[in-house]
Amino acid sequence: MGRYILRRLLSVIPTLIGVTLVIFLFQRLIPGDPAVAMLGEHANAENVARIREQFGLDKPAFLDRDALAEGDLPGFFDSQYVRYFGRLLQFDLGESIHRRIPIAETLKERFPATVELSLLAMSIALVVGIPIGILSASRRNSFLDGATMIGSLVGVSVPIFWLGIMEIMFFAVIMKWLPSGSRLSSGIVIKPITNLLLLDSLLTGNWVGFKDAFLHILMPAISLATIPTAIITRMTRSSMLDVLQEDYIRTASAKGLSERIVLFRHALKNAFLPVITIIGIQAGTLLAGAVLTETIFSWPGIGKWVYDSILGRDYPIVQGVTLLIAIIFLVVNLLVDLSYALLDPRISYE
Amino acid sequence: MTNGTAMKPLMEIKNLTTRFYTQDGVVNAVNGISYTLDPGEILGVVGESGCGKSVHALSIMRLIQIPPGEIPAGEVFFGGRDLLKLSEREMRMVRGHEIAMVFQDPMSSLNPVYTVGFQISEALMLHKKMNRSQAKVRAIELLNLVGIPEATKRFDNYPHQFSGGMRQRAMIAMALSCEPKLLIADEPTTALDVTIQAQIINLVIRLQEELGMSVMWITHDLGIVAEMVHRINVMYAGFIIERGFVDDIYNHTLHPYTMGLLGSLPSIDEAPGTKLISIPGLPPDLIALPEGCPFFARCTYRVEQCHQERPQLENAQEAGHTVACWRWREIQGFGVA
Repeated sequence: MGRYILRRLLSVIPTLIGVTLVIFLFQRLIPGDPAVAMLGEHANAENVARIREQFGLDKPAFLDRDALAEGDLPGFFDSQYVRYFGRLLQFDLGESIHRRIPIAETLKERFPATVELSLLAMSIALVVGIPIGILSASRRNSFLDGATMIGSLVGVSVPIFWLGIMEIMFFAVIMKWLPSGSRLSSGIVIKPITNLLLLDSLLTGNWVGFKDAFLHILMPAISLATIPTAIITRMTRSSMLDVLQEDYIRTASAKGLSERIVLFRHALKNAFLPVITIIGIQAGTLLAGAVLTETIFSWPGIGKWVYDSILGRDYPIVQGVTLLIAIIFLVVNLLVDLSYALLDPRISYE
Repeated sequence: MTNGTAMKPLMEIKNLTTRFYTQDGVVNAVNGISYTLDPGEILGVVGESGCGKSVHALSIMRLIQIPPGEIPAGEVFFGGRDLLKLSEREMRMVRGHEIAMVFQDPMSSLNPVYTVGFQISEALMLHKKMNRSQAKVRAIELLNLVGIPEATKRFDNYPHQFSGGMRQRAMIAMALSCEPKLLIADEPTTALDVTIQAQIINLVIRLQEELGMSVMWITHDLGIVAEMVHRINVMYAGFIIERGFVDDIYNHTLHPYTMGLLGSLPSIDEAPGTKLISIPGLPPDLIALPEGCPFFARCTYRVEQCHQERPQLENAQEAGHTVACWRWREIQGFGVA
C-alpha cells in the first residue's frame, strides 16, 4: 500500500506539468491582450509595449527560436512558459496584473469561501443522494422510485445559473427569506480561525454569526449541490439494483437479517465502489460549478475571482486558480483510488 | 426415523401455490403442492430446471420477492404455526434459526466484502444473542465441524481466499450455526467438481446424523439423492407428480416422467454403447398450463383422459407410494390391465 501511494504521488508530477501546459496554452488562445485590458482600449502603443515588456508578455510563448539562431542559449529558454514554470517551482503564483497583489495572498482569503461552499454542497449531495438512492432501489418501481428518477433527471438537466436566478427571485426578491448574495451581512463579525465561517462561528460560540452565515450559504450550496445530488442518487440506485440481484443478498436474508441490515451492511458496501468513483469525479465538477454559482450569488470565493479574472485577462490569476483546482482534483482521485482497497478486500495495490 | 406413523411431522405443507406476475403473463411456478416432512428425515426434491423446486423452497422461507411474486394460497405448518401467516419480524426469527438454507453457487452466495468468519458469526449474534467473541469461538468450532483446516486462521479469510468446495463448506457451517430443525439445500453440489460433490454430500449426511435435523435436498440429479435421502418428491411444472420412499420409487417407478428421469441416468452396469433415454419435448409453458396432465405433451402413455383431466396424487398401495397419473396401474401392470 505504501509503495502504491508513493507511485501514485510520483505520477502526479507529470500530470501537473501537463496541466500547466494546457492552462498556459488555453490562456493564449483566448483573444485579447492583457496589456490592453489593463490600460483600456484607448491606451497608446508606447504604454502597451511598456506593460508587455514589464510582464514578459513580449517574450515568445514557449521557446525563442530567434535567440537560438543567434546562438543565445539562455535566451532560447527565456519564454513566458519557462518563466511561469520556474516561478511555480518556488511556489510563486505571481501577481495579479491589475491589482499588483500576490495571487497567493488573495487565494488565502478567497479559497476558504469556496471550500466551505463546496464541502457543504458535497455534504448535501451525499446525505440526500445516497439514502434516496438506496431507498428507491429497495422499493423499485414504487411511487418513491418514480419520483426519484424524475427528480434526479430534472436535477441533472437543470442549468445551475437558471436555478440560481430562480432561487434568488423567489427566496430573496419575492419572499425576502434569504439574502441574495455574499457570505455575511454587513455588521456581522466572525473571528477568523479557519476562515470557514460556519465552523469558525461554531468554534467561537457565535450563534448570531452562525445563523447569518448559514442563511447566506444556503442558496448557493443548494444550487451547487443540485447536479451532484442527482448524479449520486442515480448512481447509488443503479449500483444498488445490481447488487440486490446478487446471491449473497439472498443468503443474508435467509440468515434472518432485517431488510435494513441487508441493505446497509450487505448491499451498500458492495454498491459503493461505483458511487465513490462518481463522487470523485463530482468533486471536480463541483469546483467548476462553483465558478457559476459564486458568480450568481456574488460569493467571494475563487470561482467568482477566476470569472472576473478571465474577463479582465488577468492571466496569472486564472493560471493559479486553475492549477489549484487541478491539484485538488488529482488529490481527490488519489483518495478515491485508495478507498477502493478499503472497501473491497479483493482489490490490493501491492 | 421415517417409519413412525404416529410421529408428528416437522413440517406440513398444504396446497402451497406461488405465482409470478411478469410482462408476458402470470407464471404458475408452484401449483398447490402438499406434503409432510418428518423430524430427522432427508427429503429429496427432484425435477428438471424450472419445475418449481427452488421456488417452493424459497416460498417456504418467504424469500420470494413480492411483487412480482405472490403466494396466493397454501399453508406451511412448521413448529405448530403457519409460516405464511407470520409477520415479517416473526419470519426473520425462523430464517437462519429454525430453517436454514444452502444455495447452489458457493462462488456468489458469500458476500465478497466480509470475512467468512464474520458472515458465520452474524447469524449467531442475531439468533443466539452471542457477543462478537462468543460468536467467533462458535464459528471456529463450526468451521472445524465442516472440515475446514486451520479454522482459526481461516476465520479471517475473505470468500475469494476460499476454494469452491471450501466456500460451500463455509455456507453449510453458516446454515448450521444456529442448529436449525430443517436445512434446505438447494442444489448445493451442482456448481462443484464431482469429487467435491461427494465430500459435501457425505458431510451433510454426517452432520444430519450428528445433529438430528431434517434436510430437504433439492437437485435435478436422481443419482445423488438415491444414496442419501429417505423420501423423494418428484416435481414437474410446479406439481408433485410422484412421492414416496426412495426404494419404492426406484423399484416401482410409476410416473412416466420419473421413468424418463431414471432412464436418463448413465449406469455403470449398462453395456457400452447403450444410449441414454432422453425425454422428448419441453416442459409446458408455466404461463399457459394445460388443463389436463402437465406431462401430457411429452408422455408416451397418454390417452384422451390425460388431456382432459388433471390427475391428482393418489395412493398407489401396490407400489407403496403416491403418484399423479391416470394410467399408473396399466403402465406397471398393477390391477386392471
